[in-house]
Amino acid sequence: MTYTAGIDVGSTYTKAIILSEDNRIVGRGLVKTGFKLNEAGERVLGQALAQANLPQSDIAYIASTGYGRFQTAIRNVNATDLTASARGARFLFPKTLTILDVGGQTMKASRLDDAGKVKSFRLNDKCAAGTGAFLEKTARYMGFNTEEIGPLAATSKTIVPISGVCAVFAESEVINCLSQGSAPADIMQGAIASLVDRSVQLMKRVQMEPEFTLVGGILRFETMAKVVQEKLGTKVNVPKDDLVQYVAALGAALLAQYRLRKLGEQGAQTESEKQLA
Amino acid sequence: MAYAAGVDVGSTQTKAIILNENRQIISRSLIDTGANVVLAAENAYAEALKARNLDEREVEYIVGTGYGRYKVTFGDTQITEISCHGRGAVHMFPGTRTVVDMGGQDTKAIRVSPTGEILDFCMNDKCAAGTGRFLGAAAAALEIPLGELGQVALQAEKAVKISTTCTVFAESEVVSWLGKGKKIEDILLGVHQSIVSRSLGLMRRVGIEPEVTFTGGVTRNVGVVTVLNEMLGFPVNVGEESHYMGALGAALFAMDRIMAGRVPVDGN
Repeated sequence: MTYTAGIDVGSTYTKAIILSEDNRIVGRGLVKTGFKLNEAGERVLGQALAQANLPQSDIAYIASTGYGRFQTAIRNVNATDLTASARGARFLFPKTLTILDVGGQTMKASRLDDAGKVKSFRLNDKCAAGTGAFLEKTARYMGFNTEEIGPLAATSKTIVPISGVCAVFAESEVINCLSQGSAPADIMQGAIASLVDRSVQLMKRVQMEPEFTLVGGILRFETMAKVVQEKLGTKVNVPKDDLVQYVAALGAALLAQYRLRKLGEQGAQTESEKQLA
Repeated sequence: MAYAAGVDVGSTQTKAIILNENRQIISRSLIDTGANVVLAAENAYAEALKARNLDEREVEYIVGTGYGRYKVTFGDTQITEISCHGRGAVHMFPGTRTVVDMGGQDTKAIRVSPTGEILDFCMNDKCAAGTGRFLGAAAAALEIPLGELGQVALQAEKAVKISTTCTVFAESEVVSWLGKGKKIEDILLGVHQSIVSRSLGLMRRVGIEPEVTFTGGVTRNVGVVTVLNEMLGFPVNVGEESHYMGALGAALFAMDRIMAGRVPVDGN
C-alpha cells in the first residue's frame, strides 16, 4: 500500500492528513502553527504518522499547502490553499461549485468550474474583522476562549447586533453591550452573524452558485454553518465532525496522490513539476 | 470673574479644561473614560473644579465634545471634536492650517482657515490601524509600558517594516519578528512608522499646509512626534496642551457663548 500526505500550514493551526492509495484517511494531525513554520509541518506529520501507525518512509509523496507551504522543507510539491481546498471539497461533495473557507486569519471565497478548477476567488486577509480572529477576540473580551465559542453561541436566544467593523474596536462595543445587560451568548451570536454577512459579500463577488461547501477551522462552530445557511436560503455542505478543518490538507494529500500517479506514468520527476498551479 | 469649561469625552480618556475670561487655562484634568461614560464626564469635570477650589456655580457655560459629548449630561451644549480641535489648535498656535489629531480609537486630519473655521476634514474611526490602539497593541505584545514606547523606538538603528495593516495581525507580526531575533527598538520604530504613514495618508486627503499642529493623546509619544516630523520634512506644533486640545477648544467655544451674552441657553 502506498500512502501520501497533505500538510496545511495555516496562520493559526497546521493540519495533516495521511491518505491511502484507496482514498482512506488513515491518519490526522493538528498542531498550533506558532512562528516556526517548518517545525510545525514536521510536528504535525509526526502526529499523523503516529495515529496511522506508519513510519515516515511509508509516505511516498508529501504536498504542502497553506500560508506556510514554502517553509515546509519535507514537501515534495506545494499547492495553493485554494487549489487544495477545491480538491478536498470536490472529493467530499462532488457537486461543489462555491467554497467558503473561514480560517483564523483569512476568509476566502472561491468559485469552481464544472471540472472542479478554481475559476475565480476573493480573499480577505488584511482585516481581522472578516476572519476567525474576530470571533476569538470577541470571545476573549467576554472572558471565553476559542473552544467555548461554539457551545456559547449555541445557547443564544436573541441576537445582539454587533457592527463587525474592526476586531479591536469590537472590544468597546462588547463591553457596552455587556454593561447594558446583554447575554454573552447573544453577543457571540451577533459576532458570528456579522462575520457571516461579510462572508456572503465575499461569495457574491465570485458569482456564487450552489452547491456550497464550507470549510476551515471556524466552521467547527456549528452555529456558523447554520447562520450561513439561513442567510443564503439554501442548504450548504459541511464536512462532518472535525474534518471541516482538514479539507485543504485532504486536498493536498489527494494532489500528492495524483502527482505520484503521474510520475509513475512518466517515470521521472523534473524540477519544473515542483510547482503545481 | 466668569469661567467656562470644556469636557472632551474621548474613547479612551476624558479631559476637562476650565478657562477664565482672559481665555487662560486655570485648571485641567485627565481621567480614563472606562465603561461608564456619564460618570467619566462628571468625574473629569469635578476634578478640574476641585483642583482650583472652584464652585460649580462659578462656571457659566460648559461645552461637551468628543465621542461621548452627549453623555456630558451637565453640559450646556455639544460641539463636535473636529470643530473643537481646530479651534484649540488655532488658539494655541495661530499659524495652524492643518491639524492632525491622533486619539485612542480614531485619527483625524483637519484643515482650518486662519480664523479657525473648519475647511475640510477626514477621519479614520472604522479601523484601529493608524490610531493609538495600534501602539497600545504593540506595547502589550512587547510588554513595554505605553509611556515608554516612543523612547524605546528612538533608540532603533534600522526600522523593521511592519507589513500587516490590521492591528490584530500586527500584534502577531510583532511577536514573530521578536522570534526571528529582531531588536525590540527596531520593531517599535517600524510600528511608529506604520501609524504615522497611515495618518499622513489621511492628511494628504485634506491637503497638508503648514503649520501642522498635532493634537490628541498620542502627542505624548515622543516617537510618533519625531517620526511625524521626519516624514513631513518640517516640525509640527506640539505642546503640553496638545493632549487637551479638544477640551480647550470646547472651553473656548463656551467662553464665546458667555461673551455673546447668550447664557443660559436652550442648547444652541
